[in-house]
Amino acid sequence: MKAKEAKEAKEAKKAKNATAAFEQSLATPQKQVYVLQLYVTGMTPRSARAIANAKKICETHLQGQYDLSVIDVYQQPQLAKDAQILAVPTLVKKLPLPLRRIIGDLSDRDQVLLGLNLKPKP
Amino acid sequence: MKKPNDKLPPALAKVPTGIQGLDDLTAGGLPKGRPTLLCGAAGCGKTLLAMEFLVRGAVEYGEPGVFVAFEEGIADLEKNFASLGHDLKELVAKKHLSLESIHVERSEIEETGEYDLEGLFIRLGQAIDAIGARRVVLDTVETLFSGLSNTIILRAELRRLFRWLKDKGVTAIITGERGEQSLTRYGLEEYVADCVILLDNRIEGQMSTRRLRIVKYRGSTHGTNEYPFLIDAGGISILPITSIALKHEASTERVSSGIARLDAMMGGKGYYRGSTVLISGTAGSGKTSVAAQFAHAAAARGERCLWFAFEESSSQIMRNMRSVGIDLEPAVRRGTLAFHAVRPTICGLEMHLVTIHKLVRQFKPRIVIIDPITNFSAIGSDEDVKAMLTRLIDYFKMQQITAVFISLNSGGDSAESPDNAVSSLTDTWLLLRDLQIGAERNRALYLLKSRGMAHSNQVREFLLTDRGVELQDVYVGPSGALLTGTARVTLELEEQAQALVREQESAGKERELERKREAMEAQIAVLRAEYEVERAGAAKLMEQDRMRNTLLAGNRTDMARRREAAGGRAGKTPKQRQGAKR
Repeated sequence: MKAKEAKEAKEAKKAKNATAAFEQSLATPQKQVYVLQLYVTGMTPRSARAIANAKKICETHLQGQYDLSVIDVYQQPQLAKDAQILAVPTLVKKLPLPLRRIIGDLSDRDQVLLGLNLKPKP
Repeated sequence: MKKPNDKLPPALAKVPTGIQGLDDLTAGGLPKGRPTLLCGAAGCGKTLLAMEFLVRGAVEYGEPGVFVAFEEGIADLEKNFASLGHDLKELVAKKHLSLESIHVERSEIEETGEYDLEGLFIRLGQAIDAIGARRVVLDTVETLFSGLSNTIILRAELRRLFRWLKDKGVTAIITGERGEQSLTRYGLEEYVADCVILLDNRIEGQMSTRRLRIVKYRGSTHGTNEYPFLIDAGGISILPITSIALKHEASTERVSSGIARLDAMMGGKGYYRGSTVLISGTAGSGKTSVAAQFAHAAAARGERCLWFAFEESSSQIMRNMRSVGIDLEPAVRRGTLAFHAVRPTICGLEMHLVTIHKLVRQFKPRIVIIDPITNFSAIGSDEDVKAMLTRLIDYFKMQQITAVFISLNSGGDSAESPDNAVSSLTDTWLLLRDLQIGAERNRALYLLKSRGMAHSNQVREFLLTDRGVELQDVYVGPSGALLTGTARVTLELEEQAQALVREQESAGKERELERKREAMEAQIAVLRAEYEVERAGAAKLMEQDRMRNTLLAGNRTDMARRREAAGGRAGKTPKQRQGAKR
């Protein structure tokens, strides 16, 4: 968990420099890394559903090129505040840009893929 | 101002807002521990009122507050309120205030199934607990509706949020945009049902007036009307108008009008303290001068006087009054007299009312002059103006302020029915008129009414001299009409001539009498002389008689003696008889 956090912080720093990130993403078009954060509230059924859905979608569509971290807003309210989290669960796509918030239990797979830019907008 | 009754415990605990007037309207403040909905269109002052609730709560009542801004950034908030005299940064540093900015960016959001707003709850809960907040403002929570499309979830969550705030025991203000059909665009009034306050900004005749109305206040009495309010450097002031009952104390103290002879017309003492004086008259009849005389006298007594000039600038008034010997400048320099000179058209009636209230509160005058009230008709209907003046009069009476209203008449026959029909509301009514007699117009003063005192019914001519306003002696012409101007002067001269004639006549009479007396004295002297002569003559006669008697007596004795020798006693004198007995 700790290693993950450190990595996240590093990634967040990177994200701040949008131009650099953009150029980086241009340089490595094939191996885009998806930095995802899933904010949940404890182990409620909805949280569990959201985590399961997220993992499933990532494994199916982003195998090997994603970094998913799960954050409990009860445990780490400051992170939730910094990330401007209102609705829970929220899956934040920090990278690649643009930033997207996918809220809900991620049960609508098409909608999630749309949010992750893995599917063109209809 | 209306105060909650101290004897009875309030049915509903309330939290004072500290906002001027709002606590009067709500009889104590907002419902404690409950959310209040504050709705209104853009630019009504919702955010300001809500922020003032927090700032005053923190500063005046020691209740920390959390402000959650859904629309503005924290930096913007700080900047906006700094211009209104609130240092938010300092309050935040002292942990009296917490500013939270929450952005909902529609373009970032994709909704995929069920969710709740626990993130908002946690954030809010953290902010409240961090500073021990007792007050919370959510401005404007409705923004969530534009960011999140699932209104079913949103409504359920808002309902939960308001209940949660209640459970937390914080007094909250929830702001909401005014909707087309309902109070708020998203029907927040359904959830926040305890107290709903509506703000409004209306434009009438090119003038905008902000108004506040308490739509609903569960479990409490409240003012039901629309109340104008003012936003300025000192924050919000609301004017509760009709909550004022007619319960002011009537003073028996009298204040001089500054014109000795006018005082004499009012029983020798002048106006009642706290009464309302209407000075009406046609243009140029000297209304302002009479009022200035009053202000001048007040300044001499050391009383504070506030002059609302809606026609002239203060320097113009002072210059003009100096020309009739009323120097107001020293009082202005001492700070006992203040002018507030604006054009009435600068804002709406209510705004004027609020401004007057505010200035009176600040300056605390004992005398207020409004010159003239007639100009208000330019910005409102007669009814509105009358209503406004009624409120004003009530307010002045409550404050025991002697108020002078100057009213300009259009002249002619309507001189006794001044515009705005405020005469019934005022206690003393001075009517100034130009009387046209012969080929001149002269000023005359009528004391049409003066409640609660015996007052003169005479029409008096008055002059604007270089020593101020002076009432003249009453000269009534042969027909019974008041003589003024040259007619009065003529009569005065005539009377003087007549007096001279009379004086001369009486002097002549006196001389005649003296002559008569002298003649009489002479006669007396003559008579006395005659008498003396007669008396002298009489005395002589009497002497002669006496001497004759003596002589006769002597002769008798002689004869008696001689008769005794002849043998008789009868002729004896008594003395002789006594001597014989012995």
